Amino acid sequence: MPYSDTNSRNPFISGTKIEAVLTSLSHKMTSTFTYEFNTPIYKGKTSFDTGLYINGKFVEGSDKSTIDVINPATGKLITKVAEATPKDVDIAVAAAHKAFETTWGLNMGGAERSKLLAKLAQLMEEHQQELAALEALDNGKTFTWAMDVDTTFAIDTIRYYAGWADKIHGQVQETDEKKLSYTRHEPIGVVGQIIPWNFPLLMMSWKLGPALATGNCIVMKPSEFTPLTAIRMCELIHQAGFPPGTFNLLTGYGNTVGAAISSHMKIEKVAFTGSTLVGRKIMEAAAKSNLKDITLELGGKSPNIIFNDADLDQAVNWAAHGIYWNHGQACCAGSRIFVQSGIYDQFLAKFTEKTRSLKVGDPFDVDSYQGPQVSKLQYDRIMDYIQSGKDQGATVHLGGDRNGTEGFYINPTIFTDTTPDMKIVQEEIFGPVGVVIKFEDEEDVIRQANDTVFGLAAAVFSQNITRALTTAHRLKAGTAWVNCVNQLHSNVPFGGFKQSGIGRELGEYALHNYTAVKSVQVNLGHIM
Amino acid sequence: MVYTAKIPVPASNKEISVSTGLFINNEFVSSVDSSEVIQCFNPATEEVIASVVAGSSKDIDVAVAAARQAFKTTWGKNVTGWERSRLINKLADLIERDSQELAELETLNNGKPVAVARDFDIGDSIQCLRYYAGWADKITGQTIEVDNKNKMAFTRHEPIGVCGQIIPWNYPINMWAWKVAPALAVGCTIVMKPSELTPLTALKLSELVVEAGFPPGVINTVPSLGNVGGAALSAHLDVDKIAFTGSTITGRKIMEAAAKSNLKKVSLELGGKSPQLIFESADLQQAAAWTALGICYNTGQDCTAGSRVYVQDSVYDKFIDVLVSTVKETVIGNGFDKNTGGGPLVSKAQFDRVWGYIDAGKAEGAKVVLGGERRNTKGYFVDPTIFTDINSEMKIVKEEIFGPVLSIGRFKTEEEAIALANNTTYGLGAGLHSTDASQCMRVSGLLEAGTVWVNQYNMLSNNVPFGGKKQSGIGRELGSYALEEYTSIKAVHWNIGEKLQWPL
Repeated sequence: MPYSDTNSRNPFISGTKIEAVLTSLSHKMTSTFTYEFNTPIYKGKTSFDTGLYINGKFVEGSDKSTIDVINPATGKLITKVAEATPKDVDIAVAAAHKAFETTWGLNMGGAERSKLLAKLAQLMEEHQQELAALEALDNGKTFTWAMDVDTTFAIDTIRYYAGWADKIHGQVQETDEKKLSYTRHEPIGVVGQIIPWNFPLLMMSWKLGPALATGNCIVMKPSEFTPLTAIRMCELIHQAGFPPGTFNLLTGYGNTVGAAISSHMKIEKVAFTGSTLVGRKIMEAAAKSNLKDITLELGGKSPNIIFNDADLDQAVNWAAHGIYWNHGQACCAGSRIFVQSGIYDQFLAKFTEKTRSLKVGDPFDVDSYQGPQVSKLQYDRIMDYIQSGKDQGATVHLGGDRNGTEGFYINPTIFTDTTPDMKIVQEEIFGPVGVVIKFEDEEDVIRQANDTVFGLAAAVFSQNITRALTTAHRLKAGTAWVNCVNQLHSNVPFGGFKQSGIGRELGEYALHNYTAVKSVQVNLGHIM
Repeated sequence: MVYTAKIPVPASNKEISVSTGLFINNEFVSSVDSSEVIQCFNPATEEVIASVVAGSSKDIDVAVAAARQAFKTTWGKNVTGWERSRLINKLADLIERDSQELAELETLNNGKPVAVARDFDIGDSIQCLRYYAGWADKITGQTIEVDNKNKMAFTRHEPIGVCGQIIPWNYPINMWAWKVAPALAVGCTIVMKPSELTPLTALKLSELVVEAGFPPGVINTVPSLGNVGGAALSAHLDVDKIAFTGSTITGRKIMEAAAKSNLKKVSLELGGKSPQLIFESADLQQAAAWTALGICYNTGQDCTAGSRVYVQDSVYDKFIDVLVSTVKETVIGNGFDKNTGGGPLVSKAQFDRVWGYIDAGKAEGAKVVLGGERRNTKGYFVDPTIFTDINSEMKIVKEEIFGPVLSIGRFKTEEEAIALANNTTYGLGAGLHSTDASQCMRVSGLLEAGTVWVNQYNMLSNNVPFGGKKQSGIGRELGSYALEEYTSIKAVHWNIGEKLQWPL
């Protein structure tokens, strides 16, 4: 039923017009972005088309408009890229559908999908430095982190899912000899994927890997703040040999392209990583349109619990990594640091010292640990939170101010003397701002740690493994780290409890997000 | 002293160079105590093409020690799944790069057509390695809820350790891949004994093992006679697992040796006398084509060869006509000849054995409707031979021939067909051809075999398990199932809260 509505609304979906539209896609009007990196840590050149990538071609947006891409280290324009609008979503969906029906989906075997994904991983490896440099330029994270984590982990993820592509198994159910009953794990179809700006390439790989491994076609929207690595990837995807339409990239805004994807009648699943606020809108749009499947990986206010019997130096190091990694722009950031009273003063002293030692600076400086926040918007938002912390009576123990005069740099910030009702304790800040909270006993800290609408991650530090595990098991979170923080692996599932999300990414679990299970029941002799 | 053989390839005026020492710790070495060699023949010409060092039981000790050392230091639990995956993928890439040369070497030593070796044996091997490379970082245990509170339990799927692998001569490269890929994926180390008839490609692959970057000792290759190296591996106290593909008679010896030594874990992929049932509703042209493939592929030297075919009375005469004309199309010849569909048998012994069976079939009164005549040329060529008018007591019906020799019987009812099919000590493969879906389901359920093909035959996929029921084997190769053959499961029980009161 919903499909007939769509057809009348969308001239591209029905009849022969699809062909006409797809063949008329021309890449002639798009621009090329060329950039020469001449930095202490990386020298090299990149050059690529900045159009939308639809049906295997780079094209300009239907409205011929563009998006400004800003360098967060300077606040200046890097380049303009094509802007997609809802009309482009319709075209991309048509292309994806065509691929799903003809060259991808159930038309290509798992071994072949595996080969293409492995080829993509290899191409990413060959261009790893270039991708890392682009990520640092566009997002502001350091080149070093982009090399060691973002790109390395993205390549691992693609390779990991390449391995799954020929291992998609259904089951055969034992019934009786007059009946054959089995399941097929079929690709869902055309899936929309909306990815965030904090780990642009990595989140792309988490989404793309399992979706393509299981045979889906993709319409992806990268963040308007950080579209460059996603665009660069299109050429690698092309080179790897994926059939046209299998993967489509639309650079655009959330309230236009994101909304169009979420409410599209011919997209059968949408996967989103980003804020809880937007996640809710996407789920609503899915509910109001075609009841498409959803997976959401949303915000967090993750507790990090440090008991008296923790290895103090290790706990300090991990706690710093927990909150400052990626400038605090991680959904699993350990932003509420609970320290038991017996070691509170010692911990705070050492944690302060550790925080002071973190160098904030240019992403391409060899010794920079922290670069700028991703955007002016984000910078302002974080500074507003810092102000609210002060206004509500918390103590700025360290930082709390801008770093430098250019770009969106914020000094790592520690708040103490907080109360549970303060905004900085309750809400996700998504910046290098941690609150350190004293607690007395296990019951007290578990109650406080779970006193949040979020449930993405949690960490616990104790040398007493019984205490550590008992606590980890009682925390309401999709990931619990014991004596570590922010550890992720392509084979370990990741996702949120409570309002931190729905579904799991990574590992074998992610395959369930992209397959529809069909039960086939065959009557072989039962006479009615 | 290290040896290299230069083997001329007559068809292309090239030479293939093969290291002919024992491959231990990533080096080709001579035997520690023996000067024996194994002569390798070209079965199409009956000429010797190379000699390789024949490993002694002392050499097996050295290879096992190397594998143990690697397991303890650089492989086993000392290497991540991602790294294992990377190395196995690299090995696959190298085999792909060298597939033409490897195919020619396979043809020279085994006899099969170059295109078959390259596109099927080697093509499937590359895919097999890639498939298991994909598993290497996906080995997962279970966590098991005990009481949700005070206790937890989890399982770890740990690599077994040092594995002895003894592979046959019918698919030297492909069986190498089936054995090596899952063992490496889960982190085992290997002492490989290739068949004494066809050791050359295993040695050539060993060179690629080094190039791929595997640490020394992870894969060791010791060409040796079965009763020397094979016996030593099977009885070795420091080998944790033995995997064998070959005859049932040898499989039994290996299992006995395992039982008498350290109770090592055993997986066996053995012989067969696989039946195919042709029901009256079948598409006879198709059934004949699959039957031809079943008995002629690899010149019948296939453990799943469909060597007994039973045809329903009502279509018997018609099927025989179609089948004979289909099988007649098979061209047995030199593997370097582009028109060849099947090569010679692998050896003089095999040639004599197959002729022994053909002669026995004639003597016991079966009727030859195709073939059964000797060529008077060089090379161990046997043309496809079809017997009819058989009974269940004949040797050609009861025993595995391992050549292109087919016995055809007839049946009236489905029950009779199933009884005939299952009247064997083997249980490797079985096929049935019928367009009645209910019959397909019923019969596939009742056939006693590890693999049942419905309206097809002899087709394998790397992700579908393969192995035998009854005396055709123990364990399963391929698919995720093969991983279980190379892992031992450790259950970890962890008390995180219960206080023990003593006495109870």
